[in-house]
Amino acid sequence: MAEVNGDVAFIDAPNYVNNQAAEIIAVECSELIDAGTVKLVLNLSEAKLVNSVGIAIIIEIIEKAIEKSGSFGFCNVSPTIEKTFKIMGLTQLAQIYPDQDTALDQLK
Amino acid sequence: MSDQPDQDVDLSIPMVPDMELAATAVADSFGTFMGLDSDKVEEVKIALVEACINSFEHSESKERRIDVNFSIDDVGLVVSINDGGSGFDLEEAKTKVAEKRNEGIGDRGWGLTLIHELMDEVKIVTTSKGTLVRMVKYR
Repeated sequence: MAEVNGDVAFIDAPNYVNNQAAEIIAVECSELIDAGTVKLVLNLSEAKLVNSVGIAIIIEIIEKAIEKSGSFGFCNVSPTIEKTFKIMGLTQLAQIYPDQDTALDQLK
Repeated sequence: MSDQPDQDVDLSIPMVPDMELAATAVADSFGTFMGLDSDKVEEVKIALVEACINSFEHSESKERRIDVNFSIDDVGLVVSINDGGSGFDLEEAKTKVAEKRNEGIGDRGWGLTLIHELMDEVKIVTTSKGTLVRMVKYR
């Protein structure tokens, strides 16, 4: 379930962001974008593992948000997941914030 | 004869979605046992996830199981995955990934890149028992 704060939505990722988890996130994000909330932040505080198939699905959502003149970011990202994102080029498409408060401050 | 017991861990897992987590749980324990830095353990786990899901997707093994071995050598943690299939042509795989990306089916095929970037040594060979992926993470 997303937490909407003003025009920014925070979505919580589970412990393992695999293709199934990413599909659920993608559906939620898609609904938010279609409803007009186009600033999205994925909270990875619980995420310990990701896989490339899951990340590929998230890239599609990032592209959708950008297409609608929105933005996508991540917060509370572990060093290893951040490194994985960098390898896959994700950090060129999405911002990484240290935490939810900083994301909200910068996106308002 | 050495008094030191063999410290290898061998795991056999079915090719079932999310069963790669059984391998990462062992990687966690084994990394802790050998005193590997926690960030390095996390990198091993992501590389291991990618190696497992590659095997699940591409192996033509009839048994539908993969064997994962964890061992310690002079330089660090060694993880070997054997998929019991018919082998793997790295150049053919790279060509297919490039073709998919050119067609815009683009964001797959990152597994091998992640494995190479997150591990310190990677060797992929075809053996009589299938494809063997040997990955090393230095201490």
